[in-house]
Amino acid sequence: MEDTIAAISTALGVGAISIIRISGNEAINIINKIFDKDVTNVPSHTIHYGHIIDNNEVIDEVLVSIMLAPKTFTTENVVEINCHGGISTTNKVLELVLTNGARLAEPGEFTKRAFLNGRIDLTQAEGIMNLIEAKSEKSREMSIKQLTGSVSNIISKIRTDLVDIISNIEVNIDYPEYEDIEVITNEKILPQIKNIKEELLTTIKNAENGKIINEGIKIGIIGKPNVGKSSLLNELLEENKAIVTDIEGTTRDIVEGNFILDGIACHVIDTAGIRETSDIVEKLGVNKSLEIIDNSDLVIFMLNNNEELSKEEIELLKKIKTKKHIIVINKIDLDNKMELNEENIIKISIKEKKGINTLKQRIIDLFNLGEITTKDLSYISNARSISLLKKSLNIINESINDLEDGTPIDIIETNLKDCWNTLGEIIGETYTDELIDEIFSRFCLGK
Amino acid sequence: MEYDIIVVGGGHAGCEAAYASANIGKKTLLVTGNINNIATLPCNPSIGGSAKGIIVREIDALGGIMGRIADKTALQMKMLNSSKGPAVRSLRAQVDKVTYPKEMLKVLENTKNLKIKEAMVEDLIVENHEVQGIITEKNEKIFSKKVILTTGTYLKADILVGSERTRSGPHGERPSLHLSDKLKEYGFDILRLKTGTPQRIDKNSIDFSKTKEENGDNICYGFNTEEDNIYDVTKQIPCHLIYTTPETHKIILDNLNKSAMYGGRDDIEGVGPRYCPSIEDKIVRFSDKEKHQLFIEPESIYYDDMYLQGFSTSMPRDVQEKMVHSLPGLENAVINKYAYAIEYDAIYPTQITRSLETKILKNLYTAGQINGTSGYEEAAGQGIIAGINACLSIDNKEPLILKRNEAYIGVLIDDLVTKGTIEPYRMLTSRAEYRLILRHDNADIRLTDYGYKVGTINNERYEKFNHKKELIKELTEYLKNNKLTPNEHNNEILKKLASQEIKDGITLYNLLKRTEITIDKLQDNKIINDDYPKDVEEQVEINIKYEGYIAKVNKEAEKMLRQEEKQIPTDIDYNKVPNLASEARQKLLKVNPTTIGQALRISGVNPSDISILMIYLRKYYNE
Repeated sequence: MEDTIAAISTALGVGAISIIRISGNEAINIINKIFDKDVTNVPSHTIHYGHIIDNNEVIDEVLVSIMLAPKTFTTENVVEINCHGGISTTNKVLELVLTNGARLAEPGEFTKRAFLNGRIDLTQAEGIMNLIEAKSEKSREMSIKQLTGSVSNIISKIRTDLVDIISNIEVNIDYPEYEDIEVITNEKILPQIKNIKEELLTTIKNAENGKIINEGIKIGIIGKPNVGKSSLLNELLEENKAIVTDIEGTTRDIVEGNFILDGIACHVIDTAGIRETSDIVEKLGVNKSLEIIDNSDLVIFMLNNNEELSKEEIELLKKIKTKKHIIVINKIDLDNKMELNEENIIKISIKEKKGINTLKQRIIDLFNLGEITTKDLSYISNARSISLLKKSLNIINESINDLEDGTPIDIIETNLKDCWNTLGEIIGETYTDELIDEIFSRFCLGK
Repeated sequence: MEYDIIVVGGGHAGCEAAYASANIGKKTLLVTGNINNIATLPCNPSIGGSAKGIIVREIDALGGIMGRIADKTALQMKMLNSSKGPAVRSLRAQVDKVTYPKEMLKVLENTKNLKIKEAMVEDLIVENHEVQGIITEKNEKIFSKKVILTTGTYLKADILVGSERTRSGPHGERPSLHLSDKLKEYGFDILRLKTGTPQRIDKNSIDFSKTKEENGDNICYGFNTEEDNIYDVTKQIPCHLIYTTPETHKIILDNLNKSAMYGGRDDIEGVGPRYCPSIEDKIVRFSDKEKHQLFIEPESIYYDDMYLQGFSTSMPRDVQEKMVHSLPGLENAVINKYAYAIEYDAIYPTQITRSLETKILKNLYTAGQINGTSGYEEAAGQGIIAGINACLSIDNKEPLILKRNEAYIGVLIDDLVTKGTIEPYRMLTSRAEYRLILRHDNADIRLTDYGYKVGTINNERYEKFNHKKELIKELTEYLKNNKLTPNEHNNEILKKLASQEIKDGITLYNLLKRTEITIDKLQDNKIINDDYPKDVEEQVEINIKYEGYIAKVNKEAEKMLRQEEKQIPTDIDYNKVPNLASEARQKLLKVNPTTIGQALRISGVNPSDISILMIYLRKYYNE
């Protein structure tokens, strides 16, 4: 039997509903593990309402379609999950499906299976081959590119630690009589393996927080005090996040929040909450603004309609030219004193709720969110990376148990190799030949 | 037709090939340059070792002879890795270099259907890319249905000592001068390889009091599983351990420019194996190491040479003298034979199929060092497969292709023909991804059926084997069906065995999953009353203890096998497959894999290329 595969089969960023498709022998078992209804014996081609659950926590409210072999697209058992909770939820559901036994489908793999199982006309073969070629390259590039340096560094480091242990064990096996090579024992590597476990746990936590694996667009809002930055942030977030913190009286440098625009997560940062005391304020404001410009994918520069341009604002106008930016002139309900001849100007009034949608549309246009094709690949690889990290963690946990049970080390080593390979998949490196090279480069052996 | 099969070369590959084919009933001719050199051991005086010992067990399970003769001529036997898990245990025999070849010759001379002839083969009879026999240097033509080349290091062999280069085979034997050129003419790509062997020291000149004695095991093991207690454990001969000294390192570093390898000589093309570096190589590459381990190993009880393992070098003779004399116990040593390197021709192994028939010439099989491997065991393993497959081909039967989850021999051949090699290939446990099920203890379970089917295992041995399988089943059932009840007596026993007490009944099968519980201990405590043969108990215990891991490996293997079932037609033209990445296209053209599984293992062929290939196959070949 072939592996069971899964993927988000709707284009991300378009439409309110995303569909995750699972195909293969294990499809029903997998959905049963994460769905709050038992669908083992339901009739084929039926739809079921329920929730996706992870450790008693409801992830999403969904409709699940059950289609049993052979009358399905791939001629295998197919389960489709209609997710409603937007992109990050869909991503989380996919991750659950992968962690519970499915493998992420290669680009075009459903169609490939449909074809290989005789479901699709032979004349379509060339088209599928083109699709696979075009998409695989892109997806491989994307999944590796979108890992930030820190993630791949951490993974590379864990792999190096593993390879140290593995190659030493291998040498112990293949050259058992070499006294000058350290003999690895269960006791010796237990702390090292536990350490790897900790590193994996941290990486997974960070990845899930979305701090390390980058998601969505970073939007920075700059502008002088009272220009309406916090109000705009609240408007975009549709909650009173910025104000709430102010009332608390906390002095926070940065207020931030996420909102979904056309299915894509936008991360907004605002300098609200900078205390406006005495003469250093303007300087502080400019410096902070420059920092935000540097760190944003999009800069929203807010100006007051009822004031003239200040010296600092003229300076900042020059600085934002190198970035994607939108100049927002607020308070159009008040008298106009602002004279400005620039592109990318949107006039709004937050008070009267005017122009907010125009602003959102401008963001969509600027990032081509309507035609987002690369984005879905990076999201998929996120879920893929996280599920591979979790798989690695499971292997390490099993190894720790076996180490403590006194299982022979050469047997545990098969697990460590498995972990090394799984981590390698995340960063795009899996060549078992590497191991043998390791052995010969590190140890002095021979007749 | 004079012969069914002609085997060219009387080394370990040739002996197994000829024996298997004659044993199957084919009229076989073994041609060798010197009948006294049949099955000699030109390098180390041992058979087996890590991973290699498992290959010898596999050869034995397929009805080969290497194991039986090693048992019979052993000077010392040792089970390596005996303190580790069962998957990596491996047997090694120090064998007598005089009696091993003698015993081999005796077996071959007494084998029905097998004739041995002394001659140098310099060409093949080839018609329309099909081999029909051989041509000797005296221009004698001998016809046969199949030819198996097992020429070892003899193709255009050069011996290198310091700056001297002599056209010669090992120990002054005559090399084959023209055969590799002929192979080139027929279309083979030729590879130049290099290997080396250390000094032989006169036993009487060594002060053994300065060495550490290394003895064999006190249990009698054997590669051959049919007979018990073949040798006397009390009469084993020791090896000796010493270390290089600072003086040794100084001599080597001072004379580096005289070494054939480091002297900047540009006439050495052969690529040597990384796992077998010369002593100068070790000292240069691992300069922080103060000393290196060396073993002094006996070669025979009939002459005085001791093999100095770990001291292989391409230094000139005068430097070798100084080097040897700097070693503890060897201050006054007499060098009977100097270390030398040997360069020889081989063929790029991607030019052969997994049956070991070449892709270039039909009816021609190759095995051993000619395919780029190193080691007696690797050669013998290929030899027996080449012999069997040549016979099967004569009878129009499917070849015997051992899979990666069935045998180290399968891993060896698959690696060679799929990945090729640029250095002499040595088997290592790390090359076998399914090594947990490729153990030395279950080689017979894995392969005896194949041996019986192809005709190398006789009825008597097969019945014995089936009986063993019955007993394994019986004992396993017994353990599954019998429970240990939670009473005071039983818990007392568990306590004594440092095992957790039980509150509910537990099957003996599940009890044995505990690390500290063994069948032996359960028998001692009368929990199990019946006695079974040791090898049966061992099998059952391993299967129970590592059940989870074994299941995992089997699952992985099944994945691989599914891909192996997908055949690629031999007439496929990769130039016509659209959308393949260019690197993948080149590699596929070169290796011409027979299954999707094999294609997947070629480095540089990506999953997307495989998808494209599968769709192409479906479209143009309808599966």
